[in-house]
This record gives sequence, structure tokens and C-alpha cells, in this order.
Amino acid sequence: MASGVDHAIQPPPAMIEQATAVADWVLVWPVALPLIGAAALLMFRRQTAFQAPLAFMVLFALLVNAWILVDRVASDGPIAMTMGKWVPPFGISFTADLLSALLSGVAILVSIIVLAYAQGEVEPRDTRYGYHPLLLLLLAGVNGAFLTADIFNLYVWFEVMLIASFGLFILGGRKTQLDGAVKYGFINFLATTFFLIGIAYIYGLTGTLNMADIALRAGEIEFGPRITVTIIFVIAFAIKAAAFPLNSWLAASYHTPNASVSALFAGLLTKVGVYALIRILYVLLPATWSQTETLIAVIAGVTLVVAPLGAIAETNLRRALGFILVGGIGAMLAGLALSDPILNLPRGIFGATFYAIHSMLTMTALYLVAGLVERNTGELDTRRMGGIYETNSWLSILFLVLILAISGLPPFLGFWPKLVLIQAGVESTQYWLVAALLINAFLTTIAGSRLWAHIFWRSGHEGTGSETLNDRLHPLAGKAVSWGLVPVTVLTAIIFALGLYPAPLFDLGQGAAVDIITPDRYIDAVGLSPAEGGAP
Amino acid sequence: MNTVIFRTIAPYLAALMLIFSVFVLLRGHNEPGGGFIAGLIGASAIAIYGIATGVNEVRRAIVFHPLALAGFGLFLSALSGFFSLFVNEPFLTGLWGSINLPDGTELALSTPMMFDIGVYFVVLGVLSSVALALEEDGSAN
Amino acid sequence: MEFALATLVGLFVATAVYLLLSRSMIRMLLGVAILGNAVNLLIFTVGRLTREVPPIVPPGESAPLEAVANPLPQALILTAIVIGFSMFAYLLVLAFRSYEELNADNTDTMRLAEPEDSPRPPLSY
Repeated sequence: MASGVDHAIQPPPAMIEQATAVADWVLVWPVALPLIGAAALLMFRRQTAFQAPLAFMVLFALLVNAWILVDRVASDGPIAMTMGKWVPPFGISFTADLLSALLSGVAILVSIIVLAYAQGEVEPRDTRYGYHPLLLLLLAGVNGAFLTADIFNLYVWFEVMLIASFGLFILGGRKTQLDGAVKYGFINFLATTFFLIGIAYIYGLTGTLNMADIALRAGEIEFGPRITVTIIFVIAFAIKAAAFPLNSWLAASYHTPNASVSALFAGLLTKVGVYALIRILYVLLPATWSQTETLIAVIAGVTLVVAPLGAIAETNLRRALGFILVGGIGAMLAGLALSDPILNLPRGIFGATFYAIHSMLTMTALYLVAGLVERNTGELDTRRMGGIYETNSWLSILFLVLILAISGLPPFLGFWPKLVLIQAGVESTQYWLVAALLINAFLTTIAGSRLWAHIFWRSGHEGTGSETLNDRLHPLAGKAVSWGLVPVTVLTAIIFALGLYPAPLFDLGQGAAVDIITPDRYIDAVGLSPAEGGAP
Repeated sequence: MNTVIFRTIAPYLAALMLIFSVFVLLRGHNEPGGGFIAGLIGASAIAIYGIATGVNEVRRAIVFHPLALAGFGLFLSALSGFFSLFVNEPFLTGLWGSINLPDGTELALSTPMMFDIGVYFVVLGVLSSVALALEEDGSAN
Repeated sequence: MEFALATLVGLFVATAVYLLLSRSMIRMLLGVAILGNAVNLLIFTVGRLTREVPPIVPPGESAPLEAVANPLPQALILTAIVIGFSMFAYLLVLAFRSYEELNADNTDTMRLAEPEDSPRPPLSY
């Protein structure tokens, strides 16, 4: 640590001796490639014709890379690479276990769909302003946050993500966007500041920033400081993930930017918060779990029940979706609360991982459909929508499928993670959380089906007779189909297919959860030995 | 701020600061200095020039949009990490090499230097674009 | 020495919280700046305060010759300053733009995204 006792001349600092295989770079590409792509696009920001094709190329390359990464991690266990050849606790390590690899892969998939959708929405002015580089930068931040094994580096990636999202937020420059951006900006600044305070404390307590190293040493920290640090991290990531008492910024801001931007945020950003919470509470500070468990369980339970009530009361379509999104965060946190690193119960984390993947895909698709609905009706308010089924029946069917999936009804994707979570709840005998999960499913179904009925099924506006048709509507055509309906349909088809055949996600999610509960393989991959530390 | 003295001296001051920023950038390789503070000095030069002559004049003078400069810097920095790919080292490993120029001097090149030059351009680009946006009397974008 | 710095950090945080709780955006921005500095100082303090020798390796050596200050917190602070600065710059431009366009410095009057006269929940179905 910082004692400065013995600094006599020593041979140059320890470097890794063995060569790094080119194949290990599979870990670095998800961050390096979007970064370099963003840089190239920023350099040629006036060549608007060249922006989208290059961004697509980068993303498809990343998707292939993600496939290889998940496959390799699933068969060989976690892999790691330490930057600049420094020996692990000193260098910044990137480590992919199954959870990181999976979430990063899904994030890339979601970005491709959003990018395709954006081609029909983003105006040339916003392309010049930098939509494409900012999207890639955001993805670099998200992937970096998923893959890094250094806690300060995690903070840096959070900030990269945040700064890219700031840029995306105000594209278009409507007045409501400025209003939303002010709230989003200040609150998220506070969250990252809390995170930084937590990092400062944990560095002071353990003298290291490497997550694997912290995991080994955290057991030695005294109870008081340890619980303080844990609570600071919980506050920071609960804001990021928009969990109940700290969720109001999400409903106040996510409906204001362009639909493609808010879909991207809804799909990626809150899940990074949940991921960080899983990583820190389970891998870094498992010794505090017996104290934090109740806290997380209460947060999860209240979020589960309160959020969908907001969705029922709301008349702004995307705000209502925001509340449904927050409800999903409650389900993921419930997964955290239902696992136990000490009793070795991985099923809750499995459910949370599975739910995160489901929520990333489904919420993005819902926001994109909402964008199409808003474009079709020219309205933001569900009371003045109505009658879309008449003109755009395919859009209505997509929305219905997605709403049923997010509510967790059987043949669709959302059912499986909820099932796993409820099994976990029964297994750990926390029946009231099981009840909260079921109430959430019930309320979300009500909220979603009301939205569907109001927007699509009802033939006219609220207040008009049901015979009066909404004659301002017209079928989607042109770009709204090729770069709007088609990408959404593709995403919905993926969700539908995964709902019918969830077996691969079951296998991968279970593997991810086991590595989170017993992180020995993770620590080992970084290059530190679980045996020599005083880990609990 | 629009006095004759300031307007006369600003171009010289800005030029001097830009040269000094390059000096600090290159000095940073072995001694205190480096891309970040050099970029800050460079951005202040541009900000001073902007205060004296107006934003449009600066935009003309630096030819490229500041954000394009930042993009170039990010590109350089990210690229500097890739050289180690070819020698089976991890990402961002520092590599050193030297070129013997025809007149006998040895030019030492390294990827950390390339990274630092990238940082210089990122800081210069981002900060001057913020400064210019704030100087622009609210007609920005 | 640690005690003095810790007190200073506490003072900074208290000031920042007070300013951030204000309705005026300018005060909130000042709070953001002070909070950033408070955290930087905190990182510096938790890195332990050692002698003021800068951690620079003299030419021709491969390690510092004497006990030096811990360089890691300094690197962390530098990074945090850079990030905090860009964050502050963004928020500053944002506040300026919203003052121009929404004519609002007071957050209470910024109710475009969440209208004050929010409609009652739809009653049908």
C-alpha cells in the first residue's frame, strides 16, 4: 500500500512474461473496435453518407466477435487480459465471465437493431451532429463496463457511457429534451460521484483496485467500514438502475429524446447498473451480504409493486413504458435478493441474468414500437392515439406480443426468467418476494393491455364515440417500414423465437450464475490465486 | 475584452501558447508534462484567440472542426494500442523503436508517444469546441 | 494531517449538498464543482499522506531512489478531474441552453417533461 517503506532499487517492475495469443484479443475488440470506429466517424463527421455503413460494419464485426467470446467463455471458463503487459493487480485487467460476455453480446445485438431503426428517424442534421459516433461510444462504454475487472476502470466506462448518452440525449434540440437532460444529467452525475466515493473508500481499505484482488481482500475489512462502502455502492447503482426510491429521474427524462435514443437507453443503461450491483455485492463484497440482503429485498419488492402502478396511471406512452422498465429492474433486484453467496444459492442470479437479457431485448423493442406509434399518430398522449389496429394491424400485433412478453405470460420470453425467479423464491423461502413478483406480473399485464386497448384497439380518441374513426391515421410507408417496422419485426422475431426455445439461455444463464456465486474461476482467470488471500 | 491592446496581442499570445503546448507535449515523454496539460494549454490559446477575434475567425483559422480534431486524437490513441497485436503482447503494451535519419540523428518513436499525441488532440478538440460553443453568444447549433 | 483533510472534505461535501439542494441551476452547478473537488480530495486522503517527494524516477534509474508520495491516487485524481471537468462543461452548456430556451433558471419552473397539470389516468377499459 502507500506506506513507502522499502523502495530500494529493484529490477524493473514485474511484467507478464508469456506471450498473449491473438485469439485473446476477442476480449478487447468489444471496446476497442467501437472506440476506433467512433473516432473515425467523428473525424469524418461531414461525410454523412459514410457514417451509417461504417457503423453497421463495426457492429456486425462486434456481433461475430461476441458470438466467439460467449462460445469460448462457455466452454473454457472466464478469460482475462491485462493491459500493457503489467502483472495483474497493477495493470488494468479485462475479464469476461459468462455474465459479462452474455450481456455484452446482447448489448451489441440491441445496438444493431437501434441503429437500423435510427436510419429512418435521425435527421441529416443530427447525423452531422454525431449520432453514429455517439452510439458507438455509448456501446464502447457499455461493453467496457461489462468486461473490465478494475473498479476504477469501471467508473471510467460509466463516465464514457454517461458522456455519450448526454450527447445523444439532446439530439434534436426540442425544449422538453433540454428539460429531461437537466434532470438526467444532474442525477446521473450524483450517482457516479457516489460510485467514485465508494471507490476511494475501498481503495483506502484494501489498497487495490483490481476486482479480483478486492474480492480476495474484502474479507479482512472491518465490519463498520465494509458496510459503509457497501451502502454507498448500493446508492450509486440503485440510482443508475432506477430502483424504487431513486427512480423518478427515469420517468422524468427517458420519454423526451428521440425514440431510437430512448430505446437504446432503456435497453442498455439501467442494466449496466444492475450488472455492477451484482458484480460488487456478490463478487467483491460477499461478506456483507447478510446485512444487505434485506435492504435489496425491500427495494426489489417495493419497486416491483409500485412501478407498474405508475404505468397504469400514465397517459404519456413512453413514460408508461418507463415505469414498466423500472418494474423489470425490481425483478432483477429480486433475483439478487433471492440468491445467496454464502449459502451458495445461484438460482436468483440466474433469474436476474435471464431477466436482464429479456429486458434488454423487449424494452428496446417496446420503445421502438412506441416511436413508430408516435410518428404515425403525431401524438405523445395515449388518450389521443387510438385506432391504429385499423390502419397498421402488424404494428398492433408486434406491440401485443411485446407487452405479453414483458408481462411474463407463458409462451413468450418474459415467462421463463419470472419462472426461474419464482422457483428461486420458493427455494429460499422468501414467499413475500414471490408474491411481489406475481403482483408485478399481474399489474404489468393490466398496464400493458390497457395501453394496447387505448392505442390500438379503440377506434377513436378518448371521449369520442367508439364509432368515430381516427381518420388522421395512415398506414406506415416508405422509410417507416424499411427502417422502422422491419428492424422492430426482426427484434420481435428474435424475442419470440427465444421464448419458444429458451434452452440455450437456460444453459448460459445457469453457468453465469454459478461463476458469480463462486468467483474462484474469475479470480483465477485474472491471474490471482484464490488460495493465498483471506477470502471468506 | 475588446481593447486594441488585447486584440493586437492575442494572435501572438495564441501562437506562443500553441508552440509552448507542443513543447510541453513532447517534454512529457521523460519529464513532467504530457498530452493532457499540453492540450489544455492549446485549448486556452484557441479560447483566447476566440475572445479577441470572434468565433467565426477561429473556426476559419483552425480549418478543421474541433470535434474532428478530437476524433483524430481518439483514433490515434486507440490505434496505438493495436501495434502490440503483431508482437503477441496484450492491448496497449508500450513498444519502442527508432529510425536513423539520413543525417545521422536517431529518431525515437514509441506507442506511448503516439497515445500521448492522441490525448493532446482529444483534449484540444473537446475543450476548444466547448469554449467556442460558450463564446458563441447562444447561437450555437 | 489526515484529520484536517478529512474535515475539509466534510466541509466541501456539506457545502456542495447545500448548493445542490437549491432550486437555482447556477447554485447547483457550483455544488457540482465543489462536490467534484471534495471527492478528489477524498481520494487523495485515502491514498495516505506521505512525504511530498514527487513520484518521478530520475534519469538512468529504474525505481525511485527514496520514499515517494503514492502515485496511484494522483493518477486517479487526474482522471477524475478530467471526467469531472467534461461533465461540468456539459452541464454548464446545458444550463445555459435551458436558460435561453426555457427561460428557466429555477428548476421548479421546468415542467415541460413532466407537466404540472398531468391528466388523470384514463378511465376507459
